[in-house]
Amino acid sequence: MDINLTLIGQSIAMLVFVWFCMKFIWPPILNAIEERQKQIADGLAAAEQGQDKLVRAQAEANEIVADARKQATSILDQAHGRANEIVAEGKAGGVKERDRQLTAAKADIEQESNKAREELRGEVSAIAIASAEKILQREIDGAAHKDILGKLAQEL
Amino acid sequence: MASEGGHGPQTSGDYIAHHLQNLQVCKDESGEWIWNHCAGNPMAINVDSMFWSVFLGLVFILMFRSVAKKTSSSEPGKLQAFVEIIVDFVDGSVKDTFHGTSRLIAPLALTIFVWVFFMNLMDLVPVDWIPLAASATGIPYMKVVPTTDVNITFGMSIAVFVLIIFYTIKNKGVLGFIAELTLHPIAPPTKGLGLIAAPFIIAFNFILESVALLAKPVSLSLRLFGNMFAGELIFILIALLGIWQLPLHFGWAVFHVLIVTLQAFIFMMLTIVYLSLASETH
Repeated sequence: MDINLTLIGQSIAMLVFVWFCMKFIWPPILNAIEERQKQIADGLAAAEQGQDKLVRAQAEANEIVADARKQATSILDQAHGRANEIVAEGKAGGVKERDRQLTAAKADIEQESNKAREELRGEVSAIAIASAEKILQREIDGAAHKDILGKLAQEL
Repeated sequence: MASEGGHGPQTSGDYIAHHLQNLQVCKDESGEWIWNHCAGNPMAINVDSMFWSVFLGLVFILMFRSVAKKTSSSEPGKLQAFVEIIVDFVDGSVKDTFHGTSRLIAPLALTIFVWVFFMNLMDLVPVDWIPLAASATGIPYMKVVPTTDVNITFGMSIAVFVLIIFYTIKNKGVLGFIAELTLHPIAPPTKGLGLIAAPFIIAFNFILESVALLAKPVSLSLRLFGNMFAGELIFILIALLGIWQLPLHFGWAVFHVLIVTLQAFIFMMLTIVYLSLASETH
């Protein structure tokens, strides 16, 4: 417990350590801390800015979506109207076409029936002549009475 | 413990004395280096205190330097985070108390805090481990807690004392330093009949202020020394108890962790306060 040279030794050791700490330890560590503090502060500010941006972007996006929805609705409405129109047009066209085809078919049928009637008339007159020939084999000369028979066939 | 193991001295008084004996080296009258017969010799050196003190200082220096070298990497490791917490804590303490600009005070405070903490922490190593290991290698005495050596604490507080005077003179000039010692706390009269009393007042002031100034390093070092010495002594006494030392040792060690940290902090804080007083202009 006596005071001796250790005291001087310790003082010197302390001054050396303090000097070393002042030169090579304190500045880099404190710089690093302050730099990191600045980085963190910057990062926080950036994050806040980002958040703000996000909120704004979200509002914008909502607006755009609402617009799009409105537009979609109107397009849908238009499409519905157009579809109805087309259906109506189609219906009207169909009716017209049906009428046209109906009249054409009717005309065809008339023609066919006229033709058939003509043929039938010819055949009937031939049959009539044949049967008349069979009945009146002698009296009636086909060639001599041809004009009468033709008139008859026309009347039939 | 040692008395039971048969390694150490016989009686408990011897055991305690042995534990409180420094490993000393000095020159005798014939100029030869001798070991351990240096009681009262002012030129002796306490080798164990010096060794552990420098060793722990180097631990501090190397640990913090290794972190300081790596700080450029962006992602701090665990050691770096720990070191930075301590540095930030010391920096905060310095900034709270010291309002001048000094490149010295913060590193000084850091060195004192960590170094004294490490030296105090040696108190928590069971009292027989290192002395027994040392005696096994032929070293008769080994006091492992440098702060229980009054030379070590005085060495540090005298370095602080020198810095106090240096800062006072640097910030207030030599005249300011003298004025601080002589014109406080009673301002001497400057005119009239009171001038006769002025020398006495100045002398009174000088005595008062000198005591106050000298009390700073003395109280600084004795506070640390007293706390650590008492703590170490109680550890030694507990170690004498045989098996019953275990719970007691644990309890005292837990309590001592507080003292170890607190004393390191107080030494640092008072150093900052003294130096800030020295730099403040009234």
